[in-house]
Amino acid sequence: MQTLSWQQGVLDPQGPIAAAERTILLNATVIMLAVIVPVIVLTIAFAWWFRAGNRRAKRDPDWAYSGAIEVTVWSIPALVILFLGGIAWIGAHELDPARPVASHNAPLTVQVVSLDWKWLFIYPELGVASVNRMVVPAGTPLRLQLTSASVMNSFFVPQLGSQIYTMGGMTTTLHLLAAHPGTYGGLSANFSGDGFADMRFDAVALAPDDFARWLAGVRTGPQALDAAAYAALAKPGIVAAPSTYAPVTPGLFQAILADTSKAPAATMASSMGE
Amino acid sequence: MGKLTWDAIPLHEPIPLITGAVVMLALLAVLALATLKGWWPCLWREWITSTDHKRIGVMYVLLAMVMLVRGFADALMMRSHLALAAGNARGYLPPPHFDQVFSAHGTIMIFFVGMAFMVGLMNFVVPLQIGARDVAFPVLNSVSFWLTAAGALLINVSLVVGEFARTGWLAYPPLSELAYSPGVGVDYWLWSLQIAGVGTLLSGINLVTTILKMRTPGMGYGRMPIFTWTALAANLLIIAAFPILTGSLAMLALDRYLGFHFFTNELGGNMMMYVNLIWAWGHPEVYILVLPAFGIYSEVIPTFAGKRLFGYRSMAAATMGICVVSFMVWLHHFFTMGAGADVNAFFGIATSVIAIPTGVKIFNWLFTMYGGTLRFELPLMWAIGFMLLFVIGGATGVLLAIPPADFQLHNSQFLVAHFHNVIIPGVLFGAFAGYNYWFPKAFGFRLHRGLGAASFWCWAIGFVLAFMPLYVLGLAGATRRMQHYPETQWQPLMVVALVGALALLVGIVLMVAQLAVSVRQRDRLRDTTGDPWDGRTLEWATPSPPPAWNFAALPQVDGIDAFWEAKRCNGGTLKLADGEGARPLHLPRPTPLGVVVAFFAFFAGFGAVWHLAWMACCALACIVAACLARAWRTELEVEIDPARIAAFERGARA
Repeated sequence: MQTLSWQQGVLDPQGPIAAAERTILLNATVIMLAVIVPVIVLTIAFAWWFRAGNRRAKRDPDWAYSGAIEVTVWSIPALVILFLGGIAWIGAHELDPARPVASHNAPLTVQVVSLDWKWLFIYPELGVASVNRMVVPAGTPLRLQLTSASVMNSFFVPQLGSQIYTMGGMTTTLHLLAAHPGTYGGLSANFSGDGFADMRFDAVALAPDDFARWLAGVRTGPQALDAAAYAALAKPGIVAAPSTYAPVTPGLFQAILADTSKAPAATMASSMGE
Repeated sequence: MGKLTWDAIPLHEPIPLITGAVVMLALLAVLALATLKGWWPCLWREWITSTDHKRIGVMYVLLAMVMLVRGFADALMMRSHLALAAGNARGYLPPPHFDQVFSAHGTIMIFFVGMAFMVGLMNFVVPLQIGARDVAFPVLNSVSFWLTAAGALLINVSLVVGEFARTGWLAYPPLSELAYSPGVGVDYWLWSLQIAGVGTLLSGINLVTTILKMRTPGMGYGRMPIFTWTALAANLLIIAAFPILTGSLAMLALDRYLGFHFFTNELGGNMMMYVNLIWAWGHPEVYILVLPAFGIYSEVIPTFAGKRLFGYRSMAAATMGICVVSFMVWLHHFFTMGAGADVNAFFGIATSVIAIPTGVKIFNWLFTMYGGTLRFELPLMWAIGFMLLFVIGGATGVLLAIPPADFQLHNSQFLVAHFHNVIIPGVLFGAFAGYNYWFPKAFGFRLHRGLGAASFWCWAIGFVLAFMPLYVLGLAGATRRMQHYPETQWQPLMVVALVGALALLVGIVLMVAQLAVSVRQRDRLRDTTGDPWDGRTLEWATPSPPPAWNFAALPQVDGIDAFWEAKRCNGGTLKLADGEGARPLHLPRPTPLGVVVAFFAFFAGFGAVWHLAWMACCALACIVAACLARAWRTELEVEIDPARIAAFERGARA
């Protein structure tokens, strides 16, 4: 049995988004501790000192108002919240999932589709796709477009930062960046049915050369992702091992979006044929 | 028979079957005992058909405690399952069963434990505290309670007939839509909450009216006890929020039953609308639970410090501030839906703002203790346990309110730890403080102190062991509702959490033992004064248990802590309001309307679940008929003559 480490967790960030979020988390925790530790200490101290058996305690049963204390007890939480509110406002804007990550490298688009119960990653610019394994070049900003072909899920790689929901017929956008090569665990963070616990995937960041080699390997693979292959993949179930596809029918992501919001009778084939 | 067949009985699943059998045997045993002992006429007359707010309050609390055991059994199954399901192991609950267990746990604990407990305490205490003889609508009060009980029964029937929802306690669509949840589980969820929700809404209207219109002469808003203030705030929130729940459930029902597309993926449905609506109810709901608990602490701490509450006006203002702001924060439950930065920032800051009045309350309790003479009776122990543990939950709540922090912690075990950290030390400790505090008022004897203290320590230590590890697991990347996890390094903390759950089990067992032992030793624990704790508010001026009419003559109130002032200046005799004296009182007659309406509401719900249109329609028609029949009643009230009141008063004072 392994001992607990922070690896895979939000306290071990491997990219700028997760690192900034950890900083906010730690700063806010310290600010909160500055308030709650004195409160806990005072509660214990007052409870102990003013116990009925303590003869040395000075009692004042009618003392129920003090303007100075009232001002103070409203001011302390108000000032703390003013400060934290500033952090919330700035953080919400700087770490807005829709905001691209600043980088010298051009971004890579990955289209993410949550299925029952697996993840499909489509690389529209590269013409390949991968299931349950999101391989990306380290140091390259990622522009993720996400949707769901069935129920709501939440795409989440804790070490890279910011989760976001996937919803049928809709696209959400998330910008991330993996700073270093490595394998980072990913999961769905919104319950999606019986196979939910197995919606794990790996986010694999490779050095640029390795990524190019991986891409070349995928392109020589046997399986193409067309309407029939997608229909097989979309059937509810758990996949045992990650797989890759090349080539991918262009416009598949848009077809999935359109298909999910159509009446059940309309099929994938008809929407892809348009 | 609609969708109902013999397959609905889970003969192949031993856990629900055995549980169901044990529960039914216990139920039959209780019914047989009541029959053998000849308790039925008394039960029917004095309790089941009672319109006395105190009896109804007691029944609410009893319902909450029974459902606490049911909800906790679910919790224990989840914790023991997760302690096993690491690495390649899959635990003992397969996903369809595990998913039902966590859905039932959340639903039961919020609707039938937290709500029932708080509504019960408010029902019992508020009229006594404001010097009223009953609530504004006593018959409606009985209907409210029995509808809640019918909802609770329906949810328990799902254990043995059919299945419960496998969607989580808020049943987000499209997972809860017919396409993804074709079974009856979501329907059980829908109709039991719909029935109980109507009961809660009626109860909210009742208590708000009572507080606004029935305060005894002289009790202006500035003289109401703080528990009554928090009850007012909570019930205003019920009136504002529960119709949203009713509407959301109705729309989901239309989707599932009649092929509407409010929340489906296809044909213009939008699940984001449901998520907004359910949390526009769901966040105020949190404050509906916790505000009365804050009120209880505000009664308990001054009483056991022998000192006036510090900063009364601040307390009242903070209560109403929380009441208003709690309606403007719902979006913090889904910062990760992809709303813009401005929207997320607004709701994040609004959420943090609630911490200001909450912080003020904590400081005011602290300064109430300062200069007091603290008697560590059971209610004060729960209150101080609350102060020490709740601040941690409050702080993690503020962390989660910062959108970028929430992007990392949303739906994680950290979140699970946070909301249990506010619900257990916040709401449940408050409920238990109130239970120990007002029990002697309801029954005329105290609860056993030693067993109560042992139970308190089990709850406090069990809570820390069960939930602090979840904060750590959440930071380590563990999400909620996972049936198994490959990370074996998480297992030790899961085992610690299980140990915590076992300590909580001991706490619950001790609580049951405390009640049983107290009943057996009731003569030793008897309180003949009506004021066992040296109380400050009007309920302690009545005998224990109070008579059906509460106050033979309505008191005149001249300030805060009216009974305390009367004890100090007037030997404990309350000043009477003008024109009060010996005259007959009119009390509502007992009525079976509540239990009859609820009986048919249960069958309406059961019929709807199984698509038995005939059953649902007949049951609804019967409800209308019962209400019409009551409309033709001739004898409204029972008159209690002054001689009987005087005799009771002499007996109580002797």
